[in-house]
Amino acid sequence: MSATTKATTVEASTMTSGIASTKAELLRLRKWPAVWITIGAWMALTTMFGYLFNYLSYKTGDTSFSNEGETAGSLLADVLPANVPSVLLQGMPMFGGALMLVLGALVAGNGYGWGTWKTVFTQGPARPSVLAGSLSALTAFVVATVLATLVLCLGLSLLVAAVESQHVVWPAVSDLGTSLGAGFLVMETWALIGFLIGTLARGPALSVGLGLVWTLVVENLLRGVGQLLGPVETFTKFLPGTGGGSLVGSIVGTGGPDPTPGVLDVLGGGQASALLLGYLLLTPVLAGWLITRRDVA
Amino acid sequence: MAGAPVAAMVDGMNLNHDDHDTVVRTHQLTKRYGDRLAADQVSLTVRRGEVYGFLGPNGAGKTTTLRMILGLVRPTSGSAFVLGKRAGTAQVNARVGALVEGPGFYPYLSGRDNLRVMARYRGLPETVVDEALVRVDLGSRGGDKFKSYSLGMKQRLGVASALMGDPDLVVLDEPTNGLDPAGMVDMRRLIVDLARGGQTVLLSSHLLDEVQEICDRVGVINNGVLLKESTVSELRGGASLTVRGEPVDRALAVAMGVAGDDGVHLDGDRMLIDLTPDRAPELVRELVAGGVQVHEVGSVERTLEEVFFEMTRNELETTR
Repeated sequence: MSATTKATTVEASTMTSGIASTKAELLRLRKWPAVWITIGAWMALTTMFGYLFNYLSYKTGDTSFSNEGETAGSLLADVLPANVPSVLLQGMPMFGGALMLVLGALVAGNGYGWGTWKTVFTQGPARPSVLAGSLSALTAFVVATVLATLVLCLGLSLLVAAVESQHVVWPAVSDLGTSLGAGFLVMETWALIGFLIGTLARGPALSVGLGLVWTLVVENLLRGVGQLLGPVETFTKFLPGTGGGSLVGSIVGTGGPDPTPGVLDVLGGGQASALLLGYLLLTPVLAGWLITRRDVA
Repeated sequence: MAGAPVAAMVDGMNLNHDDHDTVVRTHQLTKRYGDRLAADQVSLTVRRGEVYGFLGPNGAGKTTTLRMILGLVRPTSGSAFVLGKRAGTAQVNARVGALVEGPGFYPYLSGRDNLRVMARYRGLPETVVDEALVRVDLGSRGGDKFKSYSLGMKQRLGVASALMGDPDLVVLDEPTNGLDPAGMVDMRRLIVDLARGGQTVLLSSHLLDEVQEICDRVGVINNGVLLKESTVSELRGGASLTVRGEPVDRALAVAMGVAGDDGVHLDGDRMLIDLTPDRAPELVRELVAGGVQVHEVGSVERTLEEVFFEMTRNELETTR
């Protein structure tokens, strides 16, 4: 067998193993209640903070912490179809990202406690193929989550428009496309970071706990400290939360009387996208390095 | 090209180890965890079509060695070749079925779905799943969640997973753990059937009677060191004679005359004599001629258990 033929055969075999691994991972993720609970929690939060609270405030005339200072007219406009590209995104830097981190950490971490990675690594596919399959399946669920969020937002906003007898103004397709792309970048970044820390910690509990503290607390504290210390401020510009928050901020805006938690204007949209793409490239490489080098108990 | 000679050398090594009759060959396989040597220069050979028993007490280094053979653990030094190729590579693992240190499955999936996931990983059609479940007597419980299985059922599912696709080598680490007596008998029968069907089985066990019953060859390991590797009958060293005769002192003297002073051991009023059974007529003739009344003549074989404890005791004395 010539060197070229052998290399082609190896590549084909790796591709086949990667596809086989993806199919296997899709099956086990599809039937895992924890996956649906995590995605369901995100949908519930989007429903509540994106539509329910604003709509109730509009109907009752009361304002809550999530919409303080807004007029009745703007409250209604927030929940109509034209605003879907913003509502789709605004919860992602904080809640959506955190929940995708949980998902990624569960997908990677639980297999160590259950001993399933040990079983999988003896099935035939090489570890890089298994990793590629697992990340592909995780990515498929992230894509499905972003698309399902869009469907949910459109459905709820159309419902509000119908109930309030409002003329339906559709958002521009380009705006929807931009929001979908940005939403995917933010959610996928956090999912892959979750996968990496699940791999690092070789378990779900520590990785989910530390990951959530980092996402919801530490990054915000560091940004606060950064206002006093220059080097810390520079450091915070490279954090995933800064990238996600800034990308969303560049689309939905950060002004107004009621800034959305996690939505930032630290980086421009281009810089933020580049930072997130960097994370998307770096996290699988690091996870792959760990998975291929470490002994499996 | 800088890489070509290295590749050729590795291929050459593979070819050297690709002895058709050898399925597993390890060479001075060593794994060190800190100060502790979990496996110390283990060199073993598993031949095609045999049931090889890897025998040793808990913590002897069996599972660590098996993990290195499967590529789950990287050796500190030494090498392992499986089916003629370096152990743990994708090409090799596709031809190996394994159950190592307890079954690892997704608790929220049914037994059948767990096997479907593994079949997908192996690139096998899903028809193999039900065949494997039936083979380990889980056909009627395949739809139940893995987390609801008893320890024995989980173990059987692990074996079913290892059997899917009829791999050339089946590695089973303590396969009868958690099984009830009937389950143990079934499992042993299954293992023997696998070997009859041409598959090679490498099994580890701390149950001596199990290894004695089903294995062709045995590797005895203790404290990470492979003490002995041979057939079960070689290890047991053949049969010896037992005689009960009176008067005992006269019987002892005659037996020593035939078997030598070190060849006779007294156990109560019974003598254990290091002679093969074909020398029984000669011994009885001498005893009768010597005025001994012979009440009983028989032959006994040492059990693997006796051999094992003798070997590990010797090792302990040597290390002292």
